[in-house]
Amino acid sequence: MTAAVFFGCAFIAFGPAFSLFIFTIAKDPLRVIILIAGAFFWLVSLLLSSLVWFIATKATNAQDLTLQKNLLIFGSIFSVILQEVFRFAYYRLLRKANEGLAAISEEDGPPLSVREMAYVAGLGFGIMSGAFSMINTLSDSLGPGTVGMFGDSQYYFITSALMTLALTMLHTFWGVVFFEGCERKRWWVIAVVLCVHLMVFSLSLLNPFYVASILPVYAIMLLMAVWAFFSSGGSLHNITLLWTCRKSNAETSS
Amino acid sequence: RGRACGGLVAVVSPCTSKLVTSIQLFLFFCLSDVSCNSVAQKIYVELNNTVPCVRLLNATHQIGCQSSISGDTGVIHVLESEADLEWPLSKGPNPPYMVLLESSLFTKSIMMKMKNASSRVAGVVVVQKTSPPEFSPHTTCPNENTGVYTETYDHNLAHCNTTVWNPRGNGLSYEEFDSPVFSLKEDNETEVIKQCYFDHNRVVNGSGLQYPLCAMQLFSHMHAVTDTATCMRRSSMDFSTSPVMVCDPLGGYNVCAFIRPYNSTAFGHKENESVVILDSRAFFLEDSTGAEGSVSGFVTLLAAAQALREATQEAPPTRNILFAFFHGEVFDYIGSSRMVYDMKNNMFVIDLDNVHSILEIGQVAVRSGTNLFLHSDPVSRRNNTVHDEVTNLVKNLQSSTAGLNFSLVETDFSQPLPPSSFQRLLRARAIPGIVLADHQTDINNRYYESFYDNAAHLNLTYPSNLSPEEQLEFVTDTAKSLTEVATAVARALFKQAGGNNSQVNKINADPKTVTQMLYGFLVRSNNSWFQAVMAPELKDILQPNPPQYYVGVAKSSHQANALTYLVQYLLANLTGTATNLTQSQCKKPDELPNESTYLYSYLWVQGVVPPNSTQRESFCVRTAVRLVKAVSPAFDLGDYISKEYSTWTKSQWKFIKARIFLVASRDLEMLTLGVGVAVLFTSLLVTYFVRTKADVLFSSVREPNNAAY
Repeated sequence: MTAAVFFGCAFIAFGPAFSLFIFTIAKDPLRVIILIAGAFFWLVSLLLSSLVWFIATKATNAQDLTLQKNLLIFGSIFSVILQEVFRFAYYRLLRKANEGLAAISEEDGPPLSVREMAYVAGLGFGIMSGAFSMINTLSDSLGPGTVGMFGDSQYYFITSALMTLALTMLHTFWGVVFFEGCERKRWWVIAVVLCVHLMVFSLSLLNPFYVASILPVYAIMLLMAVWAFFSSGGSLHNITLLWTCRKSNAETSS
Repeated sequence: RGRACGGLVAVVSPCTSKLVTSIQLFLFFCLSDVSCNSVAQKIYVELNNTVPCVRLLNATHQIGCQSSISGDTGVIHVLESEADLEWPLSKGPNPPYMVLLESSLFTKSIMMKMKNASSRVAGVVVVQKTSPPEFSPHTTCPNENTGVYTETYDHNLAHCNTTVWNPRGNGLSYEEFDSPVFSLKEDNETEVIKQCYFDHNRVVNGSGLQYPLCAMQLFSHMHAVTDTATCMRRSSMDFSTSPVMVCDPLGGYNVCAFIRPYNSTAFGHKENESVVILDSRAFFLEDSTGAEGSVSGFVTLLAAAQALREATQEAPPTRNILFAFFHGEVFDYIGSSRMVYDMKNNMFVIDLDNVHSILEIGQVAVRSGTNLFLHSDPVSRRNNTVHDEVTNLVKNLQSSTAGLNFSLVETDFSQPLPPSSFQRLLRARAIPGIVLADHQTDINNRYYESFYDNAAHLNLTYPSNLSPEEQLEFVTDTAKSLTEVATAVARALFKQAGGNNSQVNKINADPKTVTQMLYGFLVRSNNSWFQAVMAPELKDILQPNPPQYYVGVAKSSHQANALTYLVQYLLANLTGTATNLTQSQCKKPDELPNESTYLYSYLWVQGVVPPNSTQRESFCVRTAVRLVKAVSPAFDLGDYISKEYSTWTKSQWKFIKARIFLVASRDLEMLTLGVGVAVLFTSLLVTYFVRTKADVLFSSVREPNNAAY
């Protein structure tokens, strides 16, 4: 659909992740490493789950479309579960690594707190998940045509980009919440994260009925944002503090 | 919380029907193809059965069509009438347009109007439907500069001053277009295009056009420009080990066969040899079957060759007879000019002094009465010896029609020859000769050099309840009339070559052979007879439609096109002899005492399938048929601006394809870009802000070591 749509969708899908990367991660090499390792973990989980799906499709009749659709749903659910398993595995790995890093670092104690690692790991998952969702679609958006010949909606590209944005941010928030829950030994948090992930997946099945899929997903994203904010040390008090701080700065400067 | 997940799953099911169809379509296209790129398959529909108009160049011009290097895109508009042209040319709000028109609207006036408005018309697609009453895209005076009638030969006869041979010609094939022009048959793909147009592009009364609109993109970028000299120069400047040619000379192979073969390595003049040449043209253009224009002529020639075979073997005539099928004659006489050049330069087994007389079979299938006409050249007949010979030939021809249902009439003495290969031979030497045709003045062919000159034009109708094999055997009326012509030609040739007069009445052409050849060349080349006469390695060129007729490029390898092979193997079958050689002996017959590859060529053919078995009875044919390379002498001489010889070349290209898709409105694209930029800037600002205030926002931390964000 030409360069305008390509850049528009690329900015929508990867704009926030890009700005997060530039302002919070790029300067610290350790964070970059954790980000990339997180992306790799997500990739491995996708590989394993897609292997399962691939074997299942090859072993069954390719012409039976309902069966293939059901296999796709089953494969996706399996993938969601596997992603959370790998998130947990990454948490364990980072905890182990944290002790080692604390031993060799110059400061007293680990260079990164678990919260920072949670955020970076979540962002790594999110960026890789977004890349896999969006890159193929983006490359096709460069051509002169748009989706719609076979009855699909012509808003396909924009909605794909919006879903990718939501999924990236959701992975980030899930990372924060998940690691915090594991730290505090609150195991119900893991179950909730898994459930919310499955809920988001099932909402995406409602496409192309975009109103029913995108709006709830964004609502869930806002809720998760609030939860992540509170679990990473924020509070309403801090926000009011921020507000009065600005007001007082404005008063003193004026 | 577990129940919350379960509750939402129930919401999924009512909305599944819509998503099931889209998933089904997605899965169908995804899983049915090895390379599953599902988004591209949601967008584009590739069109596979297209015939593009390509660029040809000669010494002075470039003709044909060209697209831009990344394809030309336009909103589809189906043209309903000439008045409807206003919409793409001026009124339509979404230029550029891709105009789809039916063949009845494919006229010169419409095409020229669209050519002049090339900023609004991105390309043209022609759908072949019913034949118009007449249509000829060739010029009114074909090959006017390379025939014999030049200013110096006879001023009054040059440039069709006395007779315009093709008055219906509009010269469309020789125009140059800056936009791609493709041709489609009426099949499923065309239905998809029209359905897309009716769904998205039709203007409902009152309301404007709604995006998304249906559009088409055509790729046919040609590498060569300007003229032949330029593109040959550019090709020769590439000094790499495998140079990339920008254009290729047109050409192919002439098919030649002598009744008494000569040693094929001994070129030049043959003492005391006198040859009568019987030839026909192969005036072919792309995608044109040339039923009346060419097939009628060479089918008659093949039938005459078969008729002469027995008589010439029993009582060989004094003079030798050469059957010649010239290739590429429409492009300024490529085949015949090559043969004349070879004869003049001692590169052919005979030379011009050996040629006694010439009989050419022109277009003979569309009669307007019971007469066929004998054309001769008035200028050479001013010489008495030539005149006497021509009169003798006319007498032989007219006496050969005794007992047949037609008669041969001489044309008006002052009328020149129609466009024919004989003109090239006359250009070199004043040889006596006659051109046989069904028209007295201008040609009867209403579809000269167009794709409507097909089986229907010749009224080749078969009863509907016949299977393809039965249709092959059915003798049509056209076949009967062509058989009579072939009989007359064979008898006249026998007399002309000095054969015994008492044998003449035994010479008869076979109507079954003629009707089988007409069926194979004009309806379906993949039939049992053609399969029996072809070589095993060439059987793939036989298709369930008429063979490919285009004068291709002269490749350096020994690959001729389908038509050349068909003519070669048919002539071998009709004039050669079957031998007992095995397949390995057929490849190397020189080891045997009585066989010689200097005189004959040995072809291994498939043979028929006997009734009670599945194996073909293949055998080796000994024949005097040879393929002679037919490339214009201008390329051997390096003279790319030659006025004497053909300089036609065809451009090369990388790929040619066509596809349709939907295009979105500009507003939606800009909206997407705007939202994207807004999201990017907002996220940059928010992130920066949160980062600077992070110590305030995330302050309640109980971990002892808290590094700042």
